Amino acid sequence: MSTTTFQAIPSARAAGIGMRAMETATALFFLLAGAVAMADSLRLGSGWGADGPQSGYFPFWLGAVLLLASMGQLIAVARTRGAPDASFLTWEQGRTVLTVLAPTAIFILLIPFAGLYGPAAALVAWFMWKLGDFAAWRALASGAATAAVTFVVFEIWFLVALPKGPIETALGY
Amino acid sequence: MEEIGLLMQGFGVALQPANLGLMLVGVVLGVLIGVLPGLGGANGIAILLPLTFAMSPVSAVIMLSCIYWGALFGGAITSILFNIPGEPWSVATTFDGYPMAQQGRAGEALTAAFTASFLGALVGVVMITFVAPIVAGFALRFGPPEFFAVMFLSFAAFIGMGRGSPLKTLMSMMLGFLLAAVGMDAMTGQLRMTFGSTEAIRGFDFLVAVIGLFGISEILSSIEDGLRFKGQQAKINLRVVLDTWKELPRHWAIALRSSLIGCWMGITPAGATPASFMSYGVARRMSKHGAEFGRGRIEGVIAPETAAHAAGTSALLPMLTLGVPGSPTAAVLLGGLIMWGLQPGPMMFVEQKDFVWGLIASMYLGNIVGLIVVLVAVPWFAAILRVPFSVIASIILVVCAIGAFTVNNSEFDILVMLVFGLIGYVLKKLDYPLAPLVLALVLGDRTEEAFRQSLLISQGDMSIFFHNWLSGSIMALGLALALWPVLQRFWPKRAAAAA
Repeated sequence: MSTTTFQAIPSARAAGIGMRAMETATALFFLLAGAVAMADSLRLGSGWGADGPQSGYFPFWLGAVLLLASMGQLIAVARTRGAPDASFLTWEQGRTVLTVLAPTAIFILLIPFAGLYGPAAALVAWFMWKLGDFAAWRALASGAATAAVTFVVFEIWFLVALPKGPIETALGY
Repeated sequence: MEEIGLLMQGFGVALQPANLGLMLVGVVLGVLIGVLPGLGGANGIAILLPLTFAMSPVSAVIMLSCIYWGALFGGAITSILFNIPGEPWSVATTFDGYPMAQQGRAGEALTAAFTASFLGALVGVVMITFVAPIVAGFALRFGPPEFFAVMFLSFAAFIGMGRGSPLKTLMSMMLGFLLAAVGMDAMTGQLRMTFGSTEAIRGFDFLVAVIGLFGISEILSSIEDGLRFKGQQAKINLRVVLDTWKELPRHWAIALRSSLIGCWMGITPAGATPASFMSYGVARRMSKHGAEFGRGRIEGVIAPETAAHAAGTSALLPMLTLGVPGSPTAAVLLGGLIMWGLQPGPMMFVEQKDFVWGLIASMYLGNIVGLIVVLVAVPWFAAILRVPFSVIASIILVVCAIGAFTVNNSEFDILVMLVFGLIGYVLKKLDYPLAPLVLALVLGDRTEEAFRQSLLISQGDMSIFFHNWLSGSIMALGLALALWPVLQRFWPKRAAAAA
């Protein structure tokens, strides 16, 4: 069922991911989540133990409801086949989203190694320089200022310790 | 009239200078997060929650609830000036608010929206003052079956009253419940759905999920069609405010009707959004100028704003009295209460009188402070959206990351936030409602606990949920709501007449 819906991309809309393909993929994801929950609940025991309902009792039925609802959703999506498909995301939009998403992901992945302040300053500077057309020196200064303000507000005023990397350690924090 | 005396004591607490200052700070922060894309009431409060840990619970909740009022007010600013609804229930405000702004009547629309919000919230707070103690007293007699029945009813209401696809609502809800079940089972100590991961033993913190689902996803979807916001200019001064206020008493009937719709719908979860639409629809149908709605009628701003705020306020009633929040933002407030060691529910009205009445008093005062702040400072708040996108977006992303980290001091949670952001982005674009997911994630453990305790009492007999008229009627109502979409399909005519 799913493979055919993935292929059904009418030419009328701009190139990109179709709504129906995405609906199908999402419903399959929910279906999988339901199945995984049921399987894990069966492993734990989903019946009646010596001391009442077992650990898997409640999640098993949650998983079952999710599985059934996802199947219903898959059928509902499949029924719309033949009707014109709307666009979920054009490639153009996808590129714009990626310009924000990719630096954000890198920022988050860097935090365990470099602490929060350095990557945060870099993120602000990158956004301003690359997406905002600011001069490089203004972007860098703004990034550093953001990190400094964050440091004062969290570490000094509210006494909330944020992740720190080698630079902060070298500075004695 | 014990309530009046307790309320006066509450005012005594709330009127302390330090608390008044926190109110002002809270309202300003709230409007700020209401105006900024990617920071709404729910995730804004989730991010600011850790900052309040050093305060006393009363002061903390005063500040947080004022952030809530501020965020509600702030939503109207973006709806009217930028045609961007800050919260789902501000959608109906854009119908007439944005056209008014385009015609250069932004000041009028904003004044009407703020005043209407204020009135709606006031009616909601008055309702809470007198109804909450009664509900709490009633709920003291609740056992596990009754609590499960209330939870069941709340979730069934999403299916029966939601505006989207019932199947998608159900799927989103079940995913929330399953995510809540991940980690250690509190009753048996067994690990569920952790698949060997040590990070998963703690389970998913709903605050982290909320920041991702509402914050990151919002940024991603708002930039799809370009990296800027386009908005109308706001000119607001005392003359505009006074002129609009002179105009407003003529619409008292709409305001009153919308407040009542809001209070009624707000008590059930998912109430605020349908309340705002319903109120808009009723106002249009009953107006002599119904055909002009959507082209900039002031009634079209008053009706949804009043109802949404009455509903947003009423959403706190089940949160305080039963521990069942009526909206994602109320859920975050509930999370805050739990973190301060307070157990929301009927016992709080007995054991924590100072706290409860301080909070209720701060709702009155916070709304007054909120109204003044937004009327005075609207142009400044609107100017925020004229700051280049690259600056706002990057700072919001950093703030979200800090918020996700501080919940549990976990770097892994920042990654979890990003994943939830992507999930939220896709689900939102496909019209899966996010509120049921969040509420299920919050209430999942307690729902399961009530369910298992009930079954323990009855030795596995499901009829325990119908063992007396109380839980029986709540369950029956819940079943009716849950099956409403199916019933509608079989009796299309009757359902259409009822709707």
